[in-house]
Amino acid sequence: MTFAPSHFAAVLLFAVFASVVFGITQRSTTRAMVRYGLCCFAMFVVAVVGAGWIMWFIRR
Amino acid sequence: MASNVQVTAKGGVNAETRSSSAGYGALILGWLLPGAGHVLVKRPFRGLFLFLSITSMFVLGVAMQGKLYAPNAGEILNILGFVGDLGAGLLYIVAKALDFGHGAVQIATADYGTKFAVVAGLLNFIAAIDAHNIAIGRKS
Repeated sequence: MTFAPSHFAAVLLFAVFASVVFGITQRSTTRAMVRYGLCCFAMFVVAVVGAGWIMWFIRR
Repeated sequence: MASNVQVTAKGGVNAETRSSSAGYGALILGWLLPGAGHVLVKRPFRGLFLFLSITSMFVLGVAMQGKLYAPNAGEILNILGFVGDLGAGLLYIVAKALDFGHGAVQIATADYGTKFAVVAGLLNFIAAIDAHNIAIGRKS
């Protein structure tokens, strides 16, 4: 069994799983869990895309 | 009056002991099987989501041909990696027993797989501690 996602797909999977755990463990109410989980997911993705652009500019 | 105080204090101690043992039970069960600690403290849906997330992350890490760290590694980074992997509890023990995971990273995605497995273990530590906090009443 081998799974070889693209780098971006791997990041998205990582962000989804980590955000679910962060949301559930760091907040008490269901609404707050969902909001925090979505916030974490968005921050993961924004940080990755941002870091990607920074590396692109450094390489130029 | 003095008797009443004594009874209350005794009851409090008993309740505290019970709460403490339930807390450690949730902690250990949550570590062994992701989400099981939350099921134990009557939060089944949280437990289900935690189980799905942590187990998927660990299994995908192994499927990406990630490395599973061994307990007898000498270097500090390997020891930290082992501690992270061990956080996945039975998942790590079973995967190691079945000889899953590669000893050395050979392809680019395998490096991600290694991180997936380690982070799944670390997330499980957080989940187990959360179950403990719920059991002792520190969190709802």
